[in-house]
Amino acid sequence: MRSVRERFPGVLLLVVTMLFCIFPLVSMLSAALQPQGSVPSGISWPSDPQWHNFADAWKVADITPLLVSSLILVAGVVPLAALFATMAGYALGQLKVPGGNVFFVLLLFGLTLPQEATIVPLYYQMRDYGLLNSRLGLILALVGGFMPFAVFWMRAHFMSIPKDLTEATAIDGASTWKSFRYVQIPLAIPAISSMCLLLFLWTWNNFLQAITLIDEPSHRTMAGALLNFVGQYSTDVVLLNAGSLIIMAPTIIVFLVFQRQFSKAMLAGAVKG
Amino acid sequence: MSSILGTARVGEAVGGPVGGRARPRSRRTTSWSGWLFALPALVMYVVFVLRPIVTAFQYSFYDWDGITASEFVGIENYRRVLTEPELLGTIGHSFFLIIFFTLIPVTGGLLIAALLQELKLRGLVTTARTLLFLPQIIPGAAAAIAWVWMFSSNGAVNQLLRAIGLESLTRAWLGDFTWALPSVGVIGSWLGLGFCTILLISGMGKIDGSIYEAARLDGAGFFNTFRSVTLPGLRHEIGVCVTITIIAALASFDIVLMSTQGGPGSSTMVPGVLIYQLGFTESRVGLASAVGIVLTVLILAVILPIQRFFREV
Repeated sequence: MRSVRERFPGVLLLVVTMLFCIFPLVSMLSAALQPQGSVPSGISWPSDPQWHNFADAWKVADITPLLVSSLILVAGVVPLAALFATMAGYALGQLKVPGGNVFFVLLLFGLTLPQEATIVPLYYQMRDYGLLNSRLGLILALVGGFMPFAVFWMRAHFMSIPKDLTEATAIDGASTWKSFRYVQIPLAIPAISSMCLLLFLWTWNNFLQAITLIDEPSHRTMAGALLNFVGQYSTDVVLLNAGSLIIMAPTIIVFLVFQRQFSKAMLAGAVKG
Repeated sequence: MSSILGTARVGEAVGGPVGGRARPRSRRTTSWSGWLFALPALVMYVVFVLRPIVTAFQYSFYDWDGITASEFVGIENYRRVLTEPELLGTIGHSFFLIIFFTLIPVTGGLLIAALLQELKLRGLVTTARTLLFLPQIIPGAAAAIAWVWMFSSNGAVNQLLRAIGLESLTRAWLGDFTWALPSVGVIGSWLGLGFCTILLISGMGKIDGSIYEAARLDGAGFFNTFRSVTLPGLRHEIGVCVTITIIAALASFDIVLMSTQGGPGSSTMVPGVLIYQLGFTESRVGLASAVGIVLTVLILAVILPIQRFFREV
């Protein structure tokens, strides 16, 4: 056990890193509170913070439909992706379906595949399906894109559940589906819910698919709408920063509320992925 | 939803009437019917990920503007990606970004973790965790906006430089041909540093404290302890950090598009933004697809050896 003094350089570095992490956000807040139309300079706490800038930015950037749009996308993507991934994870991790390894290797490939490589063909594919500019199209594309990570995650969970359980329920005459529904899913709830947190975050923050598959900015995700917002207000530093902070706020709030679960999920997600 | 109901019915039909004795047979049948569970995920993955990547491969041999008839051009698109300086340069840029996206966060994180060693300052680590995760929580596009403001002539970076007497260094960072790419890199360091630090500190907690005690008793100094205890103990975590951040560097998109759009000139152009511009602004679908395939192959070529290296103990 080392003394506090010996650990001082480490603590100092950690604190500096912490400051580095919030510095850009503080700089944003300082700019967002300056009088509108002024040209802010660096970080300075305004003598008269203009909190109403946020209300104005909300109106100018038309945040309400964006919020609704993001919620619709999350409500579509998260349950669907979670259900499909849980079922597939069960098939691969517990039932050990024959040929499951092929599926598994395909998923591994998907984990390293850059989204940019598929986005252009995906665009034309969606055009052929008539799903361009529709939220349904974006939802389906995101669910597909999340499958490698999500199935991987649920497979890891089901691998850790002893096989005896499946066999015991089989003796009882419970069908595979019933055993899945009433025994396996309840046991998997912690794994499923941390996965849902990550899926929520990635859907909400989705950018590439949102800006390419949907033309109308107000039908995109909050993050996707930023592209248009910057185009329109790049010269108005005050409003741009206020608007961007509003757009970041929902994920930050959700993160602060579910902090423990989030950090656990992100660490586990990284290690498993 | 119908597929789920279908699964239920098949499952009952198989499992229902079969008693305990016939278990081996029933197990074999359920294992094949188990595919019904995997089917929805497989279909979504094949249709929205695998099919597009196969199509990209096909497109990459054609010259196509997305509307008129396409023309087969063989490997012409690949030849251009790998010979034209403008296109090849983007790959160079993305490899340069690895210094900022990977090297700085991983060495910084390791340094902090090593200096802290079996930290018992619980309160500090909990607070640190919250703040260090923030860059990962906000959308990359929003992070880019924050940094555009930081790097502007009136921004906080120049303010800081003035405050420490380095007035001569101040500039519009993202508009500077020499400094724009390193500046974009700094955004990447910001995204990765906190995450790598937390991951490495948490990995550190799993190393048996008595090993450090033994090293101390053997008279091992800081550097020796770091080399023979900390580094091997964190091997898996380092592998994870390196893998994730290298993919983030090579496939960078949102922060570059939102901060510089590849400019000034093409000094910060990376493959991801190039694909977006070629594919959606210039409608050169074949060339965009070829860049995508090259990027995919590059990432695999870099990641697979790294994975192998960090798996071996």
